Amino acid sequence: MTIAMVSARQSATGLPTVEDIWAWLADVPDPEIPVISVRDLGIVRAVDENNGRFVVTVTPTYSGCPATAVIALDIQAALRARGCNNVEIKTRLSPAWTTDWITAEGRAKLLSYGIAPPEGQATCAGMLSLSGVAPQEIQCPRCQSTDTERVSQFGSTPCKASYRCRTCLEPFDYFKAI
Amino acid sequence: MGHPKTKSDLHHFVTRMGDNALILGQRVSAWCGHAPVLEEDIALANMALDLIGQATLWLGYAAEIEGEGRTADDYAFLRDERQFYNCLLVETPNGNFGDTLMRHFLFDSWHYFMLKGLESSTDLRVAEIAQKASKEARYHIERSTDLVIRLGDGTPESHAKMQAALDRLWPFTGELITADDIDNAMAETGIAPDLKEVAGQFSDHVKRVLPEAKLMLPEGVYMRTGGKTGVHSEAMGYLLAEMQSVARAHPGATW
Repeated sequence: MTIAMVSARQSATGLPTVEDIWAWLADVPDPEIPVISVRDLGIVRAVDENNGRFVVTVTPTYSGCPATAVIALDIQAALRARGCNNVEIKTRLSPAWTTDWITAEGRAKLLSYGIAPPEGQATCAGMLSLSGVAPQEIQCPRCQSTDTERVSQFGSTPCKASYRCRTCLEPFDYFKAI
Repeated sequence: MGHPKTKSDLHHFVTRMGDNALILGQRVSAWCGHAPVLEEDIALANMALDLIGQATLWLGYAAEIEGEGRTADDYAFLRDERQFYNCLLVETPNGNFGDTLMRHFLFDSWHYFMLKGLESSTDLRVAEIAQKASKEARYHIERSTDLVIRLGDGTPESHAKMQAALDRLWPFTGELITADDIDNAMAETGIAPDLKEVAGQFSDHVKRVLPEAKLMLPEGVYMRTGGKTGVHSEAMGYLLAEMQSVARAHPGATW
């Protein structure tokens, strides 16, 4: 009953379109890397509307990433703030998220924030590299030197690795290609 | 999932995958704040997080197959020791950093190739979880391989510690690559790869890395088994007591 009334009220004031929802999602920041949006990150896989109910389908980045639950809450809250209360967040596992889905805009934002964006196609990077040497040349986001070295495969969040620039000597995060 | 026998085998198999990830994740997470250097502390915490995330996916699926309304959390916190089907290797105590690292290397050498095989599982959900998890396992095996070589071929002290860790942990690897009835049933239905194939890949990887690390496989070792059928080592009870204490003390608590 209540849900029907809310829907009716929304229709009267003009129900948002799926395009509106997509546009609003561009303003929902990633909780760990707030300079990029959940859209930039490429984790929003679909937005569907069914009788006034919006279903936002999200794919997780890393299986244990604590940000996943927060992202779902943030999306709900952002849409509610725009008067859109009838929202369901669905999780989709397959196809598994890849950094190839990070938008060009997202990559540019990462770089200016001081995080080196993922290099190359993750599908190519999917091969085992066991030489102990980082397979890709990673550019320092501060001085653009490619004379960098990997400090650790794992950084401040599951999605990043720790690097060091040999030219400007600054440490930096690299967004791993998966 | 028509045939009841297949359903219960699938349930057992998926629970094994989940329990391996859960128990190793629990072990590794104990290093948080205690690792020898900051980068390793972060790496171990990250890997524990990946593993616990994977465990959530596997055990969530196991609970669905069971169909009695339980959740992944119920599986983790409210089962008793004999109902856990993880291999013995993952429950071995952390020991020193070298022991932890060698345990990870041996596990990764099986886990990565197992997940690669599961990516083409005839069970769609198993394939989906494996496709997700194998991306993470690739980083794990790259790291543990790299570090085993560096420490094995490092100082006399690091070499001695890595060799001692290998001698201690190698007897727990047989269980990972030896098929039992459940593994055979999974291979027959195309849900899991033939464990002989995974055994070959495991062995190739280990035998390529160990000489580089200047480490020798112990000979004439008796392989220990039991974990996969719920018969665990002494260490398991203590691990569960710690992991489950809060959930057991406050049944049904939420926040």
